[in-house]
Amino acid sequence: MRFWLSLKRAGLPAHIGIIVIVLFAFAAVFAPWLAPYGESEVVDAVPWATPEESGTLLGLDQLGRDLYSRVLFGARNTIALAMGITILAFFMGMTAGFFAAVVGRWVDLLLSRLVDIIMAFPTLFFALIALSIFGTSIPVLVFVIATLDSTRVYRIARALAMDTNVMEYVEVARLRGEGLWWIMRREILPNTLTPLLAEFGLRFCFVFLFISSLSFLGIGIQPPAADWGAMVRENGVAITYGIFTPLVPAAAIATLTIAVNLVVDWFLRKTAGLREEY
Amino acid sequence: MGEPILKIRNLQIEGFADEQWKPIVNGIDIDLNRGEVLGLIGESGAGKSTIGIATMGYCRPGCRFVGGTIEFDGVRVDELTSAQIREVRGVGISYVAQSAAASFNPAHRLIDQYVETPVQHGVLKFQQAAKNARAMYATLDLPDPDNIGKRFPHQVSGGQLQRAMVAMAMSCEPDLIIFDEPTTALDVTTQIEVLAAIKDIVHRFNTAAIYITHDLAVVVQLADRIMVLRYGDLVEESKTHEILNNPKEDYTRDLLAVRTFRKNSEDLVSGPVPLIDINNLHASYGGEIKVLEDINLSVEKGRTVAIVGESGSGKSTLARAMTGLLPPSQGTVKYSGIELPKSYKERTKDQLRQMQMIYQMPDVALNPRQKLREVIGRPLGFYFGIDGGERDRRVKELLEMIELPTNYIDRFTPELSGGQKQRVCIARALAAQPAVIICDEVTSALDQLVAEEILKLLDRLQKELEMTYLFITHDLATVKAIADEIVVMLRGRIVESGLKDEVLTPPHHEYTELLLSSVPEMDPHWLDRLLESRATVN
Repeated sequence: MRFWLSLKRAGLPAHIGIIVIVLFAFAAVFAPWLAPYGESEVVDAVPWATPEESGTLLGLDQLGRDLYSRVLFGARNTIALAMGITILAFFMGMTAGFFAAVVGRWVDLLLSRLVDIIMAFPTLFFALIALSIFGTSIPVLVFVIATLDSTRVYRIARALAMDTNVMEYVEVARLRGEGLWWIMRREILPNTLTPLLAEFGLRFCFVFLFISSLSFLGIGIQPPAADWGAMVRENGVAITYGIFTPLVPAAAIATLTIAVNLVVDWFLRKTAGLREEY
Repeated sequence: MGEPILKIRNLQIEGFADEQWKPIVNGIDIDLNRGEVLGLIGESGAGKSTIGIATMGYCRPGCRFVGGTIEFDGVRVDELTSAQIREVRGVGISYVAQSAAASFNPAHRLIDQYVETPVQHGVLKFQQAAKNARAMYATLDLPDPDNIGKRFPHQVSGGQLQRAMVAMAMSCEPDLIIFDEPTTALDVTTQIEVLAAIKDIVHRFNTAAIYITHDLAVVVQLADRIMVLRYGDLVEESKTHEILNNPKEDYTRDLLAVRTFRKNSEDLVSGPVPLIDINNLHASYGGEIKVLEDINLSVEKGRTVAIVGESGSGKSTLARAMTGLLPPSQGTVKYSGIELPKSYKERTKDQLRQMQMIYQMPDVALNPRQKLREVIGRPLGFYFGIDGGERDRRVKELLEMIELPTNYIDRFTPELSGGQKQRVCIARALAAQPAVIICDEVTSALDQLVAEEILKLLDRLQKELEMTYLFITHDLATVKAIADEIVVMLRGRIVESGLKDEVLTPPHHEYTELLLSSVPEMDPHWLDRLLESRATVN
């Protein structure tokens, strides 16, 4: 009830963001039913045929596949993957961060320096090395990006947990004799959740863009599977002929990123307790 | 008398909370003459601070003016533009906040902050303002007035900083000063310095003042007239001695009668072995800064031992050393004759259960994301393995015991008031069925009427459950109310201890004497008499 009320008062930008996210999620889930053609089905041998020429909604891509269907399937791959990676990154980062903050001392020191070392390398560089060594299968991709991203999550989770850790209710739990896991899960987690959720939204965007850029470089999701980043790259040449095809997946990336950020902004404002000046 | 310096008519202010506008101040009228001191008194939520800052034409974010007029020195403050208002603030009206430490900029020297206002407003040149500052520091009896201004805020004590804040408020010799709880955060002995300073300055410069506080005994020392507020409404307004001698409203009488609660401490029997026995306890932070030295203390079952001292006396550290949060460097803590491990980590579940704590700030002592079912139910489950319907039943029993409705079991802790939260903390401690409860300043963050209710509750529970309390406080009024025994601490050592009557009847240790005499009394002449007697002694 309270949730719906605050949702109702979230303001126009957040509403737009939510609607866009829901639409994309809908498209991702129901792609096989919504798409008029298959993911890698060649409709016509003419590359980059316009909508009028091919009788499709958005025209064809460089291999004569239906662009609209590819965008829908692309939503599926990209969003599902980004979601999976972000969840894994948060699980690893939060567990390690809370652990470091609650236990402190050498555990904190060890984990924090380890994270510093990973963060010292440029992310893309690290990912390129890891993916060239282990190959570009989906599980490797998920694990590598999640590990890299979890370092950022670790830092935030640790800082938030340290703030909560000094609260007297945590002291009460310690004095009661509660174990580490309980303190992390029941005392720390609920009180750090809101800022972490906001961070989740942001991280999701970054992961999503990161996959797109890896795909753009050719080491992300492998063809013929549809992925927005890869689609931009594959169709990139068309822009020189004045054909709008590569702009469609690019627009999809941009729209979803902005939509998520609108929602995150609202969330951050809500958690920070900031109000509009009256 | 002439025209009043401040004239407020039908002031109405609303605040935004829980998604709607709610009234904070409902139509208050104030007339204040030059040189007059008006006391605003009430509990939290009475709107007294809101009125105080509204006189400067300011509303906190999330509040708004709804109606009424504010006239200062013939000018309608509420109609001024923000540029014009800046001309009034600091020059005509100035403000002294509760926490001087939070009001000073820690990165600048005291004198630079003093000089800023008059120079900024073009009232005085820098040299002249600095000279005034030194004179003002001397007036306020600050040590080394010529050089103290060169210090940074963290280099002076809390009481000195509060006086420096008063000095700063006087920098442009304003016609009106708003004092918003200026002594509430101070120790009793320091409070006297600041009260004396304020009283002196107000008389000397014939400045009008509004003094906001929740402590009636403090305000009667200064105010000519007192307004009692409640929930944004005026309860009663009259001359100070009228309020004291002839209160008209029940609420005022309640405020006056506060702290009359006395525990009935008769027939104290000592057991063969004291419940808690502390021997030669030493503790330090980081091995260097000694905070506790040679503490010897024993607590009998069913008694309340009050540990009294000012901030920095080590009384809270004693609690931390006892519970094992700060393992002592030397000495032993025995429970029923058995020595407890130094660190809480090495104590058994049952040893931990026997000693429970209640804290000063119920807000941070309760997890805001838990319902009362979990807060109170967890110790039941953890120590006794009670869960499910049986646990709910026990939680409800405990809720009844602390006089809260049983349907509160599904509430989250932030949905309760301050006093209710403290009750929940008590219930949580009781759920563990402990032998001792350590109460660390449990009433100091609460309004006086609420605090008194908590004391009565603790007393009742002690009788019913034969509970033992270790009561840590700086407030001697609380001590007088509930203690069986008193332990006075100063700089990490025990200076005096014994049964309540022994400690409270002269002859005292000189520090105990200082503490006792510093507690404000409901007598307008108390401060003057005290200062006089101290002057003759020195």
